[in-house]
Amino acid sequence: MTFEPATLFAIFFYAFAGILVVAALQVITSRNPVNSALFLMLSFFCASGLWMLMRAEFLSLVLILVYVGAVMVLFLFVVMMLDLDLAHLRRDFKKYLPVAFLIGAVIVMELSIVLIRGFIGTTVPLQLMIEEMGGVSNTQALGRLVFVDYVYAFEIAGLILLVAIIAAVALTLRRRKDSKSQIIADQVAVNPADRMRMVKMDSEMDAKQDQRGKTGGESK
Amino acid sequence: MTVTLAHFLVLSAILFAISVVGIFLNRRNIIILLMAIELMLLSVNMNFIAFSYYLGDMAGQVFVFFILTVAAAEAAIGLAILVALFRKFDSINAEELDHLKG
Repeated sequence: MTFEPATLFAIFFYAFAGILVVAALQVITSRNPVNSALFLMLSFFCASGLWMLMRAEFLSLVLILVYVGAVMVLFLFVVMMLDLDLAHLRRDFKKYLPVAFLIGAVIVMELSIVLIRGFIGTTVPLQLMIEEMGGVSNTQALGRLVFVDYVYAFEIAGLILLVAIIAAVALTLRRRKDSKSQIIADQVAVNPADRMRMVKMDSEMDAKQDQRGKTGGESK
Repeated sequence: MTVTLAHFLVLSAILFAISVVGIFLNRRNIIILLMAIELMLLSVNMNFIAFSYYLGDMAGQVFVFFILTVAAAEAAIGLAILVALFRKFDSINAEELDHLKG
């Protein structure tokens, strides 16, 4: 059994899109935040499959590595770390369910009417993208764009990540009051005069013989 | 049975609507709110990539690249704020967080 490329594309599209929508619905309705996080992972996987279909290979792999690998693991850590009162958090869930889904349906209908009218005719010949990129791979083409045409934006993105690191550390850093640690600045700023004091005193043997019972001189 | 640009755009419209509904439904739970925002960004990225593919312009993928960067930074800071909040108030109920009211 063989398929036309367009048919195969359609089969994969509907499979990934169906799983994506179901997983997204589970994210917002499931009772336990851990389940939500896992379903969000599933929806990222499906989205990555769709991006692969659209020949954005680099971004689809980055989505898996960065989102499923890093961001969602962070989410899971936080969800499992916090001790949540789920019943209280979901108190009015049922009450808002009909209104919320009505609003969602209206949004989808409106957007679909506009989009389907505008873009139903836009199909792509399968070889178009590769010819457009001059025969190089997606990663190479994207890299050329990012490091040549958008290099300043790329550097700003690096700065944003740096700020995010500093902000996240500063927000979550907590000093324990009873912990003992060195104060490096004080250690560096010390000078010899503070550490040692020279004291003039008589010799110890003579002092003992002269005045018994009394302490003779001080030393440090 | 050709998949056109409209198919992808409607799919991301559905995804966007689902995350709007999620924000309505889980107004108290900040973690689910953050996840709904991630879904929203995913649907926007899907639009960018679909346009990039069907109109044959790589610049859309560069946008997705930067949106992914900013979204990762946003998630990290959001979760850090969440952890700090939970330490301070022992709750992540968004409706109790009205301490800036004055």
